[in-house]
Amino acid sequence: MSDTLAGNKTTTAGPTDGLAVLEQTRSAAETYGIPLAVLLEITHRCPLQCPYCSNPVELDRGSTELTTEEWKRVLSELAELGVLQVHFSGGEPTARKDIVELVQHASDVGLYSNLITSAVLLTRDRLSALADAGLSHVQISFQGNEPMVADRVAGLKDAHRKKLEVAKWTRELDMPLTVNAVMHRQNLHQLSDIIQMAVDLDADRLEVANVQYYGWALKNRAALMPTIEQIEETSRIVEEAQVRLKGTLAIDYVVPDYYALRPKKCMGGWGRQFFNISPAGKVLPCHAAESITGLEFESVRSNRSIAWIWQNSEAFNRYRGTGWMPEPCKSCEFREDDFGGCRCQAFALTGDAGNTDPACALSPRHEEIFKQAEQESAGTQNRFLYRNFAGGTLEADGHQDKPHGA
Amino acid sequence: MASRNISVSETSRPKLPRHTKLKFDETRQVWVILAPERVLAPDEIAVEVLQLCDGARSVAQMVDQLAEKYAAPREAIATDVIAMLQDLADKGFLTEARESTA
Ligand code: SF4
Ligand code: SF4
Repeated sequence: MSDTLAGNKTTTAGPTDGLAVLEQTRSAAETYGIPLAVLLEITHRCPLQCPYCSNPVELDRGSTELTTEEWKRVLSELAELGVLQVHFSGGEPTARKDIVELVQHASDVGLYSNLITSAVLLTRDRLSALADAGLSHVQISFQGNEPMVADRVAGLKDAHRKKLEVAKWTRELDMPLTVNAVMHRQNLHQLSDIIQMAVDLDADRLEVANVQYYGWALKNRAALMPTIEQIEETSRIVEEAQVRLKGTLAIDYVVPDYYALRPKKCMGGWGRQFFNISPAGKVLPCHAAESITGLEFESVRSNRSIAWIWQNSEAFNRYRGTGWMPEPCKSCEFREDDFGGCRCQAFALTGDAGNTDPACALSPRHEEIFKQAEQESAGTQNRFLYRNFAGGTLEADGHQDKPHGA
Repeated sequence: MASRNISVSETSRPKLPRHTKLKFDETRQVWVILAPERVLAPDEIAVEVLQLCDGARSVAQMVDQLAEKYAAPREAIATDVIAMLQDLADKGFLTEARESTA
């Protein structure tokens, strides 16, 4: 899957008309209310090989995946707990033969379902069966606006054409469509065209998400990191389009935090409003959390309930709130705003998930890491390490375009 | 795209699009609207009006019904209801039943 759920936008609608954001009304009996939406990574299998994939570098094999019956039990349990929406994601969720059955079960127990897909495995019949099973929203990832760049980034021939086709079917079947575009140095020059593509596809929403650098993306950072000029240009393009397309296309924008002064409020804060379930059934505070070694995550296969795991497990409680924080976060006025940034990024870049996220300008490691990223962004290393079960495959030499600097 | 930007008047017959669901959340004991990537909690009046949006009833009929129920001046109710429905429509939570729908 792509990385943009990290923003956890489920509760950010701006009510002005007597509609209140639900989060504020949740049960006071629980310290941390059960999330409104849960991400289900039902498989890590995927026909694409995106070099920025947010799945862990150690992928769950097909043989370890929860069975159909186990996922159904999870869905029922989530609905009972008060979860309202589920996002079927992966890997590629439609790589599972039982996806229609799972969506149907979600509908049966009253859950609203979203599909986050690379789209290349879908036929019109299958998409239509998903719609009939109650699927309410389709989010399709795009790697560019034309096949040359897009298919190269995806590491799959003909992927872009298939995506366009599935996007059209989605609208024909009257389902809302979100186009998800993950941006980096080698496709940022296509941003204006991607925005137009989303309009032409009659999408409701476009997510412009800059790559977040952990897992596969960190391995590919030198090939993906945009220059600061590119980012400034990106922000200009997005802001202009947001105004111009108001009422036609909603555009969400995720800035790359390497170039921000303060880190992102990752997952809305660890264990505060989000969890996801991995293909093998681990309940995780973030889809990249398994990259943090030394943390034990509980599984839905254990005899614990999901509610217990959410409330009490060591992994969720370790970085909850502000009590765990070291300086400079501990005495920082922003600690309740960003909760110290991203734990996975802190671990990936400093070796300790309990450090301040180095994306923060106040982190002692910020200067050094930012400098390195800046150097990488200006470099000419454009070869990708493709994501796969074999630990990654380096792109054949000479397949890259000429570098697209800013 | 046209279907998404409706303009609400007394003759419209609004309804919730298939992907927008109004439901009572048992856990939190509140009504919620479920939409792509969003969960909203409408207030009591919004819920009452949304429940009348079945694609068959016209806004005029809804206003009549509410004016009678609350013994309130029709004009005031009409203004409020149309403003509220327009706002919901602008946010994508309402669509219009086709003209042919009786
Ligand atoms: S390889 Fe690409 S499409 Fe597949 S799960 Fe990763 S990011 Fe998503
Ligand atoms: S020091 Fe910590 S709390 Fe303060 S802005 Fe940086 S990451 Fe956020």
